Amino acid sequence: MSALLQVDGLSKRYRRGDRDFAALDGVSFDITTGETLALVGPSGSGKSTIARILLRLVEPDAGQVRFDGEDLLGLRGEALRAVRPKLQMVFQDPLAAFNPRATVARLIDDPLRIHGLAGRAQRPQAIAALLARVGLSPELAGRRVHEISGGQRQRVAIARAIAARPRLIVLDEAVAALDVLVRGDILRLLRELQAEEGIAYLFISHDLGAVRAIAHRIAIMDAGRLVEQGAAAAVIAAPASVTGRALVAATPELPVIKETAS
Amino acid sequence: MNLGRLFRSPEAVAGFAILGLLAAMALAAPLLFPGDPLAIAGQPLLRPFQDWALPLGTDRLGRDVLAGLFHGARTSLAVGLAAAAASILVGSIVGTVAGFAGGLVDEVLMRITDAFQTVPGFLLSLALVSVVGPSLAVVVVAIALSAWTGPARIARAEVLSIRERDFVASARVIGMNPVEIAFREVLPNALPPVLALSSVIVAAAILTEAALSFLGLGDPNRVTWGGMIAEGRAVLRSAPYLSVIPGIALVLAVLGVYLAGEGVVESSAAREGQA
Amino acid sequence: MTRLLSLHELGVRYRGAAAPALEDVDLDLAAGERLAIIGESGSGKSTLARAVAGLLPQTATLQGTIAWPGLDRQARNGGDIGFVFQDPASSLDPVMSVGDQVTEVAHANLGLNWRAARRLAVELLDRVQLPEPAVLAHSYPHQLSGGQKQRVAIAAAIAARPRLLIADEATSALDTIVQAEIVALIRELVTEDGMALIFVSHDIALAANLADRIAVFRHGRMVEMAMTAELVSRPKTNYSRALLAAHLGLDAHAEARK
Repeated sequence: MSALLQVDGLSKRYRRGDRDFAALDGVSFDITTGETLALVGPSGSGKSTIARILLRLVEPDAGQVRFDGEDLLGLRGEALRAVRPKLQMVFQDPLAAFNPRATVARLIDDPLRIHGLAGRAQRPQAIAALLARVGLSPELAGRRVHEISGGQRQRVAIARAIAARPRLIVLDEAVAALDVLVRGDILRLLRELQAEEGIAYLFISHDLGAVRAIAHRIAIMDAGRLVEQGAAAAVIAAPASVTGRALVAATPELPVIKETAS
Repeated sequence: MNLGRLFRSPEAVAGFAILGLLAAMALAAPLLFPGDPLAIAGQPLLRPFQDWALPLGTDRLGRDVLAGLFHGARTSLAVGLAAAAASILVGSIVGTVAGFAGGLVDEVLMRITDAFQTVPGFLLSLALVSVVGPSLAVVVVAIALSAWTGPARIARAEVLSIRERDFVASARVIGMNPVEIAFREVLPNALPPVLALSSVIVAAAILTEAALSFLGLGDPNRVTWGGMIAEGRAVLRSAPYLSVIPGIALVLAVLGVYLAGEGVVESSAAREGQA
Repeated sequence: MTRLLSLHELGVRYRGAAAPALEDVDLDLAAGERLAIIGESGSGKSTLARAVAGLLPQTATLQGTIAWPGLDRQARNGGDIGFVFQDPASSLDPVMSVGDQVTEVAHANLGLNWRAARRLAVELLDRVQLPEPAVLAHSYPHQLSGGQKQRVAIAAAIAARPRLLIADEATSALDTIVQAEIVALIRELVTEDGMALIFVSHDIALAANLADRIAVFRHGRMVEMAMTAELVSRPKTNYSRALLAAHLGLDAHAEARK
């Protein structure tokens, strides 16, 4: 079975002042249907640039992307809008990622309306169903974005992303800004949705702990290059690259207290 | 905008009180002073507080000053609000299109804005009224024609910064088409600074209308404060009240608009800060 | 061990807030001791750090006492207390070179003239492991990376040889690798200079590897306080247990799937 997403040789150079530097340098990877690939690396390694290229917010200088059999980078206008429902994104800062004036209902209504997924009469029900799906009470629909908690906002972001029944969701540091107790809940929700709907995830993070909890495979980036790829458990247990080793060593672990018989 | 918070600010209270008074005057004018305020009501140059049927006296031709004040309120407020609304509407649309589209569209629109901005506003109004003829509608258009550039620039600046924010990216990712993004997501968030300008525009519009009327280029069939001031010019030494009274009304109107605008800006700023 | 800081029934309420940010906190800190303050957002941990450093807004009301038995006077910010903020981009002055900013602290607190303070500043930049400190001292904050900025902030915080270093989520804005480096740096400096440390964080594992003692806060109250080994292996409250369980370690797969 061919992969859902095939990224081949993605490159992007940025000018800063009079210096040219490569944000991405020949990055290639695949994601199959229903799997989670984590993209990890220090800040500045290019992870977010990949996310923005995949979501067509930024154009690369070189490279190809095939998504669900189509040449993603070649799409424009209506053709691009037609593919949008299949490829969605959840941002890191839920407060910045929503129109400050929007209500929860409107945020979820937008994708339903734009892609004609529910008639006007059915939409309130569809919205309530989506809210319930992500573990929120339908009463939240009338609230404004800044009136709900961070964890609730991220759930709304997920509801908005799954409303159009995507095949792939890019999660760009989606749990980094959440409280620890909430983080686990959101990761659990994401795994459930994946099991039920077969959605693939590109999980971008610098937190290996969160990655370990959700990813099947992991790709490690450093300075725009992909330096290591493999099954998540294997790579974390025995990283081959320098960056991989540094990341594993830097991840804080709870000290194991040896109980001595007193 | 939370009304409760709005009325905790003294500026807002004072401003809206004055505006409320003026609005009441404007609305009550045909009821309290039916008939043509330009009709002769009594002996000429009657001083104020002599005759309680004519509390503020009469002008050189014997027209009722108080009636003129009330009817003039209608004109001033109508012109002020209409001109501000028109200029903000046009300016916001131009600014949003320019900021959002970028590139050649932005360049062209901004050069047009520059052109309108370099012509002194009052001269533009004068020219238009002289050519087309004085009437209320022409005065409104004339004022809006130079006032729209301010809102356009501010709207464009806001749009340029809002455009880069994550929620706009999120809208693109959802598949919203650019026109909807520009007018549903971006523009409402770009409006607050533009609206903050509105009180300045209303005040300027009121003053411009008064100035045009003063020069005899206002609508001749209406009583306006500017016209009353002009009428009083000839007898400024002997009957100063004829110019001073409408002058005070003008000052109060402008003051009311400024204070109300300040109050609104402060209370919306307070709300945003609480988020 | 001499007591450096003593909080007694400390409470803080911000103006216009419905609930107190901090309530009934009793806490002692010994000289040279490393204490971690752990909590989620709204727990009051940052409020505590700022209260100790005297950085609360004027409109906040304080209850209880903050005493410094280890000093014979009220603690001075900069001199007795060094404070490292979460966001170095906003805690450093963007229009002053980093060298000048560290020099400023030394000059103001140690009574040195500018030249001597400047020499000290370069030594400090070297001590926080910044490359080519003499050259870097001329840089401006925007020219440095997040980790480098935080190192400068730490240099400024320790310049006057304070008795207490307070790090308020000092690593939360940094990525994992840089975070580990900054924590290692803090550990080293605190040990070398014998400073006491209050390390505020939401990451209990990070804190557990740095602090001798951990205090867990929730909704403005201290829920539990114990020596690190004790808290990690035998937490007494459900909340502490939940926080420990929620930590996603590298063997998290089995845990998180529960």
